Amino acid sequence: MKETPLSNCERRFLLRAIQERKRLDGRQCYDYRNVRISFGPEHGCCVVELGKTRVLGQVSCELVPPKPNRATEGILFCNLELSPMAAPGFEPGRQSELLVKVNRLIERCLRNSKCIDTESLCVVAGEKVWQIRVDLHLLNHDGNIVDAASIAGIVALCHFRRPDVSVQGKEVTVYSPEERDPVPLSIHHMPICVSFAFFQQGTYLLVDPNEREERVMDGLLVIAMNKHREICTIQSSGGIMLLKDQVLRCSKITAVKVAEITELIQKALENDQKLRKEGGKFGFAESIPNQKITAFKMDSAAVDTNNVEEQAEEIITKADPPSEVFAKPILHTPGTAQIGEGIENAWGDLEESEREEAAEEEGESSTTAFECQRTETEDTSMMNEAKDDPIVLSDSEEEEVVILEPQEVPKKTRPQTTLKQESTSKKAFNKKRRKKRASR
Amino acid sequence: MVLLPRPTPGPVPSAGPSSSLSRCPRIPSPGGTLSPLPGDTSVLAGLYGPAEVKGSRESPDGATVEVLLRPKVGLPGVAERSREQLLRRTFEAVLLGSLHPRTSITVVLQVLSDAGSLLACCLNAACMGLLDAGLPLSSLFCGVTCALDPHGDIILDPTARQEQEAHAVLTFAIDSAQRKVLATTTRGSCSAEEMQRCLVAAQRAADTIFQFYRDCVQRKYSKS
Repeated sequence: MKETPLSNCERRFLLRAIQERKRLDGRQCYDYRNVRISFGPEHGCCVVELGKTRVLGQVSCELVPPKPNRATEGILFCNLELSPMAAPGFEPGRQSELLVKVNRLIERCLRNSKCIDTESLCVVAGEKVWQIRVDLHLLNHDGNIVDAASIAGIVALCHFRRPDVSVQGKEVTVYSPEERDPVPLSIHHMPICVSFAFFQQGTYLLVDPNEREERVMDGLLVIAMNKHREICTIQSSGGIMLLKDQVLRCSKITAVKVAEITELIQKALENDQKLRKEGGKFGFAESIPNQKITAFKMDSAAVDTNNVEEQAEEIITKADPPSEVFAKPILHTPGTAQIGEGIENAWGDLEESEREEAAEEEGESSTTAFECQRTETEDTSMMNEAKDDPIVLSDSEEEEVVILEPQEVPKKTRPQTTLKQESTSKKAFNKKRRKKRASR
Repeated sequence: MVLLPRPTPGPVPSAGPSSSLSRCPRIPSPGGTLSPLPGDTSVLAGLYGPAEVKGSRESPDGATVEVLLRPKVGLPGVAERSREQLLRRTFEAVLLGSLHPRTSITVVLQVLSDAGSLLACCLNAACMGLLDAGLPLSSLFCGVTCALDPHGDIILDPTARQEQEAHAVLTFAIDSAQRKVLATTTRGSCSAEEMQRCLVAAQRAADTIFQFYRDCVQRKYSKS
């Protein structure tokens, strides 16, 4: 499905509103949308909502041989998926320009900033290391995918616990969660991206653009920073010239936003940990407030399965007994065998009334008659060659053959005695026609 | 022809039995023990349609149904493809596609968490999605998974562990009009009697799920 393009008047309206320092959702220029973090039932799974943009993050791990030039380092792998779930314009399995750009940026933000200690992921140097895989799925697109994905990525990494391992000599034991508590990853810092949209060649600046604003913007500046005010990544795209002051101002705004978001993440992580410790309910289903009209919860319902057995037996006894099955294959001639139910094919047979109709129809058109004759001759020749073969007729045009052949094929035992008279009359009809053709 | 809603953000309008909107029942086993597993299976469904269709997929006498099942980890593989096929066939059976010829109906299913009975959850999520989008259907449908434990007892809505221990796992898609079977898939071996027993149990569980659908919709369209 194609994306709906933005009309000219919509574009003008949006730009005029931005010039008047107004935003469609009522925010101020430097306001960030609400961030909401909810955790899934297992470790390393979270959904981050940035306004209406939703990203699902899931971290998984695997023991793999390390890269040859980094024998003592684990591997961190990030992948963002833009499925059509998020917006109709996204096609599944296609590497669009946007996807490549965002993926690369997330990779730089999470991996190249060395936010997780990859050396602690080494199990046996040069042989086994942990590969941490971060899968990010965009669930709904309302602008600023980069920020939402970077938050989801780092939250999922913080929340993740990998299985404990022990090494004795050359033997590596991976413990299940029941045997030993899984261990968290060691996180050095939390890089978080903040996006700035520029309009009118950099005259107007908006923080956290939504989807509409992203469509009319001239340029985008993304700064990734941690709470220690260290810049991890900075990228300016869209081809606008920014002044030094503008970049500095943006980095100051970033520092404020990052501090707020980091605090929120830590609070969310603590809350979740507390809940898990207390043994309360958690997971996506629990994180949705039940007051909402669109949310509905039903407690588990007991289904009475007491007399299921009796009912099932009743149905089985009522049902027709299954047809006899020949377990052994029937050997017709060397090289051809038959398995299955052994019932003769009844596809070619027609009801009596249908037969008459068919005969009439065929009389009308000489072309079909010609076809029939041809198939007829072909079929008889085939029949002479292999008399033992069962006759399988599927095409309705060929049913004439069924009528004509029974005398020649003694093996056939279909109930056709009542139809013989008719078939002979038809034969005569056909003969007449054949003569006619010859005379022509 | 109207473009139907993008997957609505916020509280999910369409989700599986044990998830968001439809935080539905974990149907306990006959013994009555509720699964102690903290997390439930949840699937997010998004639906587009009837919308334009690519030339090659256009069908002159009905809507083209596409199903995308996205796993949580990694890229979709053969297992997802085969499930997509099953789901697509089921949807085609109930969707009145002939009302929208030369269009496409795309159902996107994203697995949010898998704690067993995933396929049944996908079916339920998709049905809620279709219902919410207001597409014409000949009947509703629901998915029920039954597991046969080594003693031959039926466990409805099994957890991932119960699925592993079971010697057969059966999933049925059941329609709401006559409680007939729309699709079935099995894993492991079971006798014809056992299968019939599971089917009867599934049909009974279906009543609960259809009641849940009804309550959900009623709540959504209530004023309070």
